[in-house]
Amino acid sequence: MSKNVKSVYSYTLLIPAAIVYVTFFIVPTVFSFFFSLTRWTLIEWEFIGLENFIRFLKEPQLFIGFKNTLIFTVVTCVLKVIFGVMLAVLLTMNIKTKHFLRSVIFFPTLISFVAVGITFKVLMHPTSGWINQMLGLLGISGPNWLGSPRIAIYSVALVDVWKGVGFATVILIAGIMSIPKHYYEALEIDGGNRWNAFWHITLPLTRPAINIILTLSMIYGMRTFDLVWTMTGGGPGFSSDVIASIIYKQYQAGFYGLSTAGNVLLFLAVMLIVFPFYKFLTRKEVSV
Amino acid sequence: MRYGLQSGTRTRFFLWSVELVAMVICTVFFLVPFYFIIVNSFKTSSEAAQFSMSWPKEFRMIENFVEVFTVRDHMLLLAYYNSTIITLFSILILIFVCSLTGFVMQRRRGKGPLVIQFLILAGLMVPPAIVPTIWVLDSLGLFKTMPGIILVMAALNIPFTTILYSGFISTIPREIDEAAVIDGCGSWRLYFHIIFPLLKPIHSTVIILSSVLVFNDFVHPLYFFPGAENVTVQLTLYNFMSMYRTEWNLLFANVLLVTIPPMILFLFFNRKIVDGMMAGSIKG
Repeated sequence: MSKNVKSVYSYTLLIPAAIVYVTFFIVPTVFSFFFSLTRWTLIEWEFIGLENFIRFLKEPQLFIGFKNTLIFTVVTCVLKVIFGVMLAVLLTMNIKTKHFLRSVIFFPTLISFVAVGITFKVLMHPTSGWINQMLGLLGISGPNWLGSPRIAIYSVALVDVWKGVGFATVILIAGIMSIPKHYYEALEIDGGNRWNAFWHITLPLTRPAINIILTLSMIYGMRTFDLVWTMTGGGPGFSSDVIASIIYKQYQAGFYGLSTAGNVLLFLAVMLIVFPFYKFLTRKEVSV
Repeated sequence: MRYGLQSGTRTRFFLWSVELVAMVICTVFFLVPFYFIIVNSFKTSSEAAQFSMSWPKEFRMIENFVEVFTVRDHMLLLAYYNSTIITLFSILILIFVCSLTGFVMQRRRGKGPLVIQFLILAGLMVPPAIVPTIWVLDSLGLFKTMPGIILVMAALNIPFTTILYSGFISTIPREIDEAAVIDGCGSWRLYFHIIFPLLKPIHSTVIILSSVLVFNDFVHPLYFFPGAENVTVQLTLYNFMSMYRTEWNLLFANVLLVTIPPMILFLFFNRKIVDGMMAGSIKG
């Protein structure tokens, strides 16, 4: 390629994106490290060292955010993969309504978290909610989904799975569809059954798709806010607070430095958990 | 799959039962909540307060919708207006800056594109720093303003959109660029006259996907666009949740109204949305 052609991809073309991205994303991210070490009112700041971080790790109503974020992330990652694989296998079988069903499952992805949160808050009402009434018909007395401090975060995680499983399913369907058919034919000649086909062909060969879902659900799980905020507001008490909702509460209370320290901790958590996890997943993929 | 193609009675029975199970699971789990929203938005307030799935005894559809729109001095209309403007302008910015970035990232060789790629991946993973962003907006005089929230929404959606563009641009042959350069095109002319028009299919994907993402966004307007007049559709819904404690029919009517725009987009552009979301996430 001539020099002339190469220089036509000038870096000046990047200026518009750089202005927006640097000003409104990179600058705040970089400065968050500094402001997390301060007591801050937006106008003036006072350097206080690691005090904000120590508070985050010491005070139970702040520290619970880490625990809940972890629970939320693990529950949503695992369930999205399990249900996603089940639904994807189901919807790649030779059934007539599969296109319709794929749309049905995917549709919740497009509804806002607030709308989903409000709807499920009502459906999960302990006495008159539809879910507990259905369970009641089966003779099961349903729990107080959002009102019990022990299970509130799990209930919210289940709703997140409901909303996000369609997306996981669609990615997994693409993964399953890309498996060459003759693998299954060879297995059938060797006398394998459906279960063997799933276990020895479908599952290992959709690993890349599963990894994508795990990584994405992890990233979104760790920064989750909308559903928690609309469904429980972090309550009862602060039993279902996640890191993101604590950041918001501290911001509302005017503790800007503390709120920013929460942001930095979230940043570090994402970097320390998601990056190595992703590296680990992709390395295994290569060696298989 | 070969298993599906066998025509034995056992296989046919198996597939038939799978279909039945799939239908039941999918409708019960995924459609019942919508049905619930719709029927309850048609009821009277006392009937909706029972949270029941039953068909409305008395239809109050029009009255409910009119009331939702007029309440609080037509707050919802203002919210629709704000959300539309925010969505429209942030998409315009995204189309312009991300197609440029995707173009350079795709075409250049060497260290430059790697740096861009790293920044974009970081942007996909790292949650935005809330208060420092407010600080930046405030020092630029953009906090609580429409341009402020538009620029933030654009900035936060740059990574995903750039990935969509760079994936598409990789399918455009370089020979086109070379021919244009020989004809005397500079960087910007090549981009605006040759490349930009070729990106039409991906422009429409970006428009559809980003409009859903920006329109549905709750947390960023909550932080960066506070104020009595600065409502967006999702914020109104959230505010109405506390206000309508006794008038569930209006709350559900509101939920339905907020859900309709993405629903319409989905009905028309089902394939484009699914493919676009997959492309963006898989390449990322």
